[in-house]
Amino acid sequence: MTELGDVETLLRLALVPVEPPEALGDRLERGLSELADAAAGELADWELSTMRDPRNWGRPVAAVLVGGTAAGVLVLVRARQQQRKRELTGVRALQRGVRDVAGDLRKRMNR
Amino acid sequence: MRDGADKQRLDRDFTELYSAHLRDVYSYAYYRIGNHHDAEDLTEQTFLQAYRHFERAQRESAGRPLRPWLIRIAHNLAANYHRDRSRRPQTRLEDAAVVSAPHDTEDLVEGRQELQEVLEGVTRLPEDRREALIMRFALGMDNREIARALGRSEGATKVLIHRAIRQLEQGLAHEQQPVGNADD
Repeated sequence: MTELGDVETLLRLALVPVEPPEALGDRLERGLSELADAAAGELADWELSTMRDPRNWGRPVAAVLVGGTAAGVLVLVRARQQQRKRELTGVRALQRGVRDVAGDLRKRMNR
Repeated sequence: MRDGADKQRLDRDFTELYSAHLRDVYSYAYYRIGNHHDAEDLTEQTFLQAYRHFERAQRESAGRPLRPWLIRIAHNLAANYHRDRSRRPQTRLEDAAVVSAPHDTEDLVEGRQELQEVLEGVTRLPEDRREALIMRFALGMDNREIARALGRSEGATKVLIHRAIRQLEQGLAHEQQPVGNADD
């Protein structure tokens, strides 16, 4: 039976933070790449004739800023992911090392 | 136009924001949407939108935390999601929360039942009250942060949370009345 005075406590237990899946980081990285590509595409389509009108000057500048920011963040996010992978690789190497030693011992004992 | 040092600082700040609040945004999205697949989409869109407006948001925040701004983006996207689809969440919220909630073994069965009742009660609340409770309890936001995320005053937010808890209490009390009472 729920004690009504405990509703806040129950809310804390029920509404726990939910960990995002690891793959979400990769998806975000792809999204950022697309954002950077789209900004670069916008620049490629830039026609000099439209730039004669000062009202059009903001758009390519905004494309440079968005593309530049996305690319920069992308590098940082990727660096963090690589660091995580390196840590995982280290653990896996250790596990592999332990397995190798165990396998080697087993072979020697079977001889 | 920004120089290289400004851009580097901006990139670093955004990465920090992303690292610090990815779980907050995902948790918020999950409890608003009710399934992991769409919560991932919403989280991704939130951060992509945040990239586009980060410089201005940082400038206008005058040093205040940017979490309410981030959650407000997620809030707007979630509202669009519900409007576009016009349907209830596909997955019951209790699936994720009850599985990941820490419990002692002996409390597990009864605890799950209680938490499920609470979560079901939360899903029945009006949207603004439900949101305020998600921000308070799942994200640990204080009244000031919630007020900024919802675009309300601190006083109004305090009242909103109080009423949400009261309504939830009343709903739970109603559920816990013995079934026979209805015929008495």
